[in-house]
This record gives sequence, structure tokens and C-alpha cells, in this order.
Amino acid sequence: MSESSIALNRFGLGARAGDAAPGDGKRWLLGQFDRYDPRPPTIAAAPSSATVAVALVDYYDRQKALRDQYGPRKQLRAAMAQGVAAPPMAMPVPPPMSAPENATMTATAPAPMPAPLADPFQQARQMANRDARQDYAASVAARMNQSLVTETPFVERLVQFWANHFAVSADKLEMVALSGSLEFEAIRPHVLGRFADMLNAVERHPAMLIYLDQAVSVGPNSQVGQRAAARGQKRVGLNENLAREIMELHTLGVRSVYTQADVTEFARAMTGWTVAGIGRGPGARLAGQDGAPGSFTFVATVHEPGDRTIVGKRYPAGGEAQAQAVLTDLAASAATAQHLATKLARHFAGDNPPPAMVARLKAAYLQSNGDLPTVYRAIVASPEAWATTPVKFRNPWEWSVAAYRAMGTRQVQPGAIVGLLNQLGQPTWKPGQPVGWDDITGSWAGPDAIMRRVEAAERFAARAPEVDARALGAQLFPAALTPATAQAVARAESPAQGLALLLVSPEMMRR
Amino acid sequence: MIDRRTLLVRGGLTALAMGVAPRMAFAKAETDRRFVFIIQRGAADGLGIVAPVGDPAFVGQRGDLAADFASAPRLDATFALHPAMAQSLAMFQARQALFAHAVASPYRDRSHFDGQNVLETGGAGAYQLKDGWMNRMLALVPSGEAKAIAVSATVPMALRGPREVASYAPSALPEASDDMLQRVAMLYEGDSQLHGLWSEALSTRALTGDLAANNGQNAAATGQLAARLLAPANGARMAMIETGGWDTHTGQRARLAANLKGLDAMIGALKTGLGPAWADTTVLVATEFGRTVAVNGTGGTDHGTGTAAMLLGGGVKGGRVLADWPGLAAAQLYENRDLRPTMQLDALIAGAVAGAYGIDPGKAMAVLFPNGQKAAALGGLVA
Repeated sequence: MSESSIALNRFGLGARAGDAAPGDGKRWLLGQFDRYDPRPPTIAAAPSSATVAVALVDYYDRQKALRDQYGPRKQLRAAMAQGVAAPPMAMPVPPPMSAPENATMTATAPAPMPAPLADPFQQARQMANRDARQDYAASVAARMNQSLVTETPFVERLVQFWANHFAVSADKLEMVALSGSLEFEAIRPHVLGRFADMLNAVERHPAMLIYLDQAVSVGPNSQVGQRAAARGQKRVGLNENLAREIMELHTLGVRSVYTQADVTEFARAMTGWTVAGIGRGPGARLAGQDGAPGSFTFVATVHEPGDRTIVGKRYPAGGEAQAQAVLTDLAASAATAQHLATKLARHFAGDNPPPAMVARLKAAYLQSNGDLPTVYRAIVASPEAWATTPVKFRNPWEWSVAAYRAMGTRQVQPGAIVGLLNQLGQPTWKPGQPVGWDDITGSWAGPDAIMRRVEAAERFAARAPEVDARALGAQLFPAALTPATAQAVARAESPAQGLALLLVSPEMMRR
Repeated sequence: MIDRRTLLVRGGLTALAMGVAPRMAFAKAETDRRFVFIIQRGAADGLGIVAPVGDPAFVGQRGDLAADFASAPRLDATFALHPAMAQSLAMFQARQALFAHAVASPYRDRSHFDGQNVLETGGAGAYQLKDGWMNRMLALVPSGEAKAIAVSATVPMALRGPREVASYAPSALPEASDDMLQRVAMLYEGDSQLHGLWSEALSTRALTGDLAANNGQNAAATGQLAARLLAPANGARMAMIETGGWDTHTGQRARLAANLKGLDAMIGALKTGLGPAWADTTVLVATEFGRTVAVNGTGGTDHGTGTAAMLLGGGVKGGRVLADWPGLAAAQLYENRDLRPTMQLDALIAGAVAGAYGIDPGKAMAVLFPNGQKAAALGGLVA
């Protein structure tokens, strides 16, 4: 690969049809720091956590109104199963089925089957699901469109890197619509700032607080916890999920400097950090409704009182500020620097990150007090990241972005892009676990995965405006297109087939 | 990971269940006759589908592969039908299905891609003709209004040519075309990682041909879809359906049975879906060439020559097996290994098209197979 090709493909998101190749690759990358826009129009138009939260509150209110009208859902369903007339808010019900008189096997028309009794709870749920899926698709499309129109593709890559580092997963109803807003609201504003600020914004974001159950965590000795204990409510208490993942995944790294006792202590310090208006479970309900739905709120009555000792340091009682102080220290830890440096080096220099590069990035992080652009400059300055053979196998998201950019596409349809990523095996913001998507070849370079890309490429090419794939190949991979690919493209039976072959060429599969 | 085939069918079934008719509206065709070509890509083993159980050499030559036919339904004194093909058997018994055996196209080498090119273009050799015989067939039928459709994402060679042809595939990500797969293989030749992955992807694809997937339900859905495209008054009149998974080099017994179950389900769904229009329909099932008579070392068979073809439909003069049987004894084989072809597939196809559309058989032969072996189209196949 040439320097230009590495800058465009390994650091950027792939060359875009019609764009001039950067003359000085390194300068082009670093210059993007001055031009980056945290809230460009495509992202500003995407659903925000605030609007999603309002919709969720509406849904909870609807459910409550139904419960007030019909009693618990269980009771209504039992009544419906008994054939009791349809509830007033539900669909009209056809007359009960009775065998038509003189019915025979050759009757001209079969007796009409009764339409299933509509369950208003289910209907409300379906509507909420549909709205959430629409918000999700709009957010995925916003992310893709931003990747297609951006003039700062290196920074966009870093945004996507951090969103995967702080992964949430669009599995449950609340998370489906909220998943994208974490990236847009907590990552984008801080991608060129300090890691500590990004960490702080992420751990206070409703998507993270709900995804990792922080919103339901209650200190056992807090006011609310004690009251619950007195009433014998067993399902109210401490939840360690977020505290553990902050230490294991977001900062220090697994098997590093913390113990189970540190996790529990940190979880106690975190109690009270929650979300207004939305979220599930007794803790969330007890958390109160202060603040706009979806906004971060500290609820003193669920906060575990007292001093905490975490990774050898004492944190005096102090409400919201106690966990904040812990987060600040976690961000400054050498273990965190090591963890982040390793992941960044893996992303730019290959699956087995070169130790010398990791050490350099770690030093840059610690010396700059976690200033991310300083770390990024150290990456760009690392010769390991400029190895002339490709170091990474593109994951389905990266491949899709690169393919669309290669075709000069500037806008995708929400439904189409969600479907594509599902079919390619990497549904956006839905890794299914807080560790996020793997960043190694073995997870993506599978036979079926390649077959799906070939199918998608043929489909893309059939719909793309006719292009000369021979010229396009030279532009996408300046001074880096292999003779084998050039020949296969030149020998294609049609321009569309030439484009399809270029899109699945070895050059496109890797960066 | 969701299985690719599952996805494919889910798309198809959703479209059908929701009553979303594919966006196909043609001018009302002046002919009521329908013609469907189901291509078996990969060289289907005719001896394993319509087995010459009456041939004294059959059991000896076929070893384990003969076992499926121990109690298979007999078609006549010589032949039995694979037990997985129950619906086709019923059509045979209703005299709506005809099997032709020891047939072959003019192609005599054993490359899938060249063989399919000959089968689809109707040329005497690979790459001699630039258009497909089904495309030329559009010029033969009584009305220029008749339309043809490929039930796949891309238009296969048999349908390609100057006359406009539609294609429709129900899934979001259709399977890539065989030509593309072949070219990708060449593209990855020098890349050890991608070459290995691609070889594996291709063999997986061959192993799980869509006919066998999901216990034949995928195939039935495709048949149903094709029927929906063909049944309406303003629907298509010619359709082509591609099937794969016939290249049974290993473990043939189970794979062929599963594939035949799918093919049978597809044909059954076509008949059911077409309803009364089945009376005006001719379905041709054909493959590029056959497979070796003897079983190889991995429970399969290798590329061969002569094979079987099928004609099904309301107008087919069925209930019989057409064959000038060459025999399976060692001395009777073609190049000491394959079923010797004694009937031209071209003549069978031209005869079927001529019968189905009431065209002069000589004219059908000349238009569909212009470089052909100058044989006469077979008469009396379709009323």
C-alpha cells in the first residue's frame, strides 16, 4: 500500500469516488482535527435521547392507563381467553364462532374464523416497538450518511472506535431507540478532547445507565434501600453491572489492578446515578421523576452513604461527587492507559499490537493527562501504523462504508442500511454484549461473510450508475491496486460486474 | 449467524403472506401457454433420479446408491423413480409427467461452466452463441406480448438476449450469480487467505443447495412465487428457475434425496399455484450433463455425460419414460465411465416447445438450436 492509500483506507473510511488523493497523508490526517464537526446536520437531525425518552414515557403512561382501565394484563388475558366480550378500547370483535347449520365438507364458503381478540397491552407494545425501530433506523442511517459525506473520515473512524469501546446494545425496547444517541451525544463531542471527559459523559448517558442496569441500583443502606428492606422487598438492592464494566471494559482492563471488592465498593459509590423518567425495575421507579425524561439525575435517597475504598484509595462520602472522583482517577490510571493504548494500536497496526507502539501510545496518554489528540498524533507518528501490507480485515460496517464511498453514494435509506448490516453480520450498535464487536480478523473473515459481501456487491453494482471500474480502482487505491485486481476488473463481462469485483477485491476487504 | 437460506425464504414468504404482488405487470399475453425451465446446475445424476432398475448391471454398478431404489415406485419394466419425488410420481401416474433418459446436450467435456453455457445458449459448443434459447423462444410464440421472467436476482444465460426479460427475486440479498462466483474465485487466486475462505464458501454453497434447505420449504416457496408470476392473465408466460446442489461428489445418497425432495416440492407448488393454468403449462427440468455410472471413493459420483430430463404439465403426454436405453454394462458406457447419450436434449426441448405452443417442430429446432446437430425435434411430447 502507498502512503496515500494507507491514509485513505487504514486511517480514513475508504476513498470516495471523485475525491483527489491526499498528497501528504499524515498532514491530511492531522489537519482533520481542525475541521471536525461534532454535530453536523446529519447527526443533529437524528433522534436525541431526550425525544426518545419522551416517547418511552408516553408508552409507560399508556400502559398505566390500560392497567387502570382493565386491571393487570394477566387478568385481561385470562378474561379474553374465556371469550369475554372485547374490551372497549380494542378492535371490534366478530360474533362468536358457531358451526353453520347443514355444514358439509363441500360447503361453498367456510365459516369465518373469529379475528383474534386484540390485546390492547400488546397493541401498545407493538406501537412502541415500531416507533423504536424507526428511531433506530434513522440513527443508523445518520451514522452511515455522516460517514459518506464527512470531510474528516479519520475522526469519524475514531468516533466509531470509541462507540464500540463504550458499547451498548440495541436489544431491549429502551435500548433500540437509545443506542445511537450515546455515540452522538457522549462520544462525538469529546472525541478530540480528554478521555476523562468522554468517560464522564458516557457513564452519565441514559443509554449506558439503562443498558448496564445502573438505573435500578439501590444502596442497601440508603433511605430507599432501608425502607424496602423493612417492607421485605427483596428485589431492591445493589447492582454491580455498570461498575464492573467501567473497570473491566471502559478503563482499567480485565485482570488488571482491581478486585471484586473494588467492584462492589465502586458500585456502592455509583448508587444514586440514574435516569429521570425512564428505565425499569423497582429501583428506577423509586428513583423519582425529577428532571426531564432521559436526563441524568442523582437521587440522594438511593445513594449508599459512607466512605469508600477503591483500588487502594479512600473516597470520602460526597454524594454524586464520590463516584465522579473515582471515574477521574480511573481515567488517569496507568492500567487504563495500557488498556486504551493496546486497543488503539490493534485498530491501526494489526491484530497483534506491536509492544513498542503500545508503549508509545501509553506514554503519550499519561504525559498528556489523557488528551486524545496527543494520543492520535502518536498513532500517526508510529511507523507500525504505516506498514505497507494491509494490517486489518475490514468488518462489515467498515466494508459497507468503504463500498458506498467508492460508489460515490452520499445518502442511504434507513431500512436498507439496517437490513444490509444485519445481513452482513454486524447489526449497528447491537453487539449483544458490553464488550462490543471484536477488532480482529478471525471474527470477520469467514466464508459465509465473504459470500454475503459478494452478494451485496453484485446487488450494489446492479443499481449503481455506470462507472468505469478500471479508473475507479486506481483512484480508490492510489499506487496500490494489484495487477490481479486490475486484470479481473478489466476482464469483467460488464461495467457493473467490474464494479462488483472491485468492491470485493482483496484491496477492499482489508485496510 | 442467521443462515443465508433462511433469510432468503423469509423474504419470499413475507412478500407472499402480505399479498404484495411482485411489481410485474405485463400487457395481457395472447397466449395462455406457460413454459417453465428449471435448470439443475451442477450436473444432476439422472441415474439416481430415474433409475434403470431393470438393467442387469444397475445394482452392481451403483453399489450403495442402488439401495434407495429397492422399493422405489416402478415407472415401467426398466425404470423406477426416486422415492423422494412423490408429487412427481402422482403426476406421472396422471399421465402429466414424462421422463427422458440417456439424454445429453451437444457438449461432451465435463466442465460445469462450459456445459451450462451450452445448455443455456443452445449452441453446439461453449460460447458460440451470445443469447439464450429461451430468449429466442420469445420470438417463436404467437404473440410478441408474451413476457419471460427469471425467478432470480439476475437474468441467467438461457434468458439473456435482445428481447427484454424481467427478473424477480424475493430476498434482500439474492444469491450471487455463478459467473460472479467464478470470477471472484479467479480474483482471489493469488490471495492465500481469501482463496481459502472462498473455496470453503463455494463448497458450503454446493453442499447446501437451496433445494435441500429448510426441508424443501424454500423450494416450495420459490415454486409458489413462480406460479404467482405466471398465473395472472397479464402475467409472465415463460419463467426460469435456477436450482443448485446437484454436484454430488460426496455423500450423494442423502444430498440427492434432500435435493429431490426440494425439487418435488417446487414442482408441486407450481402445479398447485397455477391451478387451472396447469393445464396450459409445460415444465422442463434439465441439467448440463450427468454423472459417472460408478460410485467414487467418497460415496458420490463425478462429472459424466448422459443423464435424465423431465417434462411435466397438464398438456404433457406423460406416464412414460422415453429412452433408447444404452445399457450400464462396462462395455456399453461412454468413454468407459458415463451413461452413453442416445437422445439429444436439444431435440427434446425443441419438441416440447413446439408442442406446447403449436409451432412447427422444424422451425423450433432451427430457432432454438441454430448450430445444432440437425436432428429432428421429438414429436408427440406435449399436446
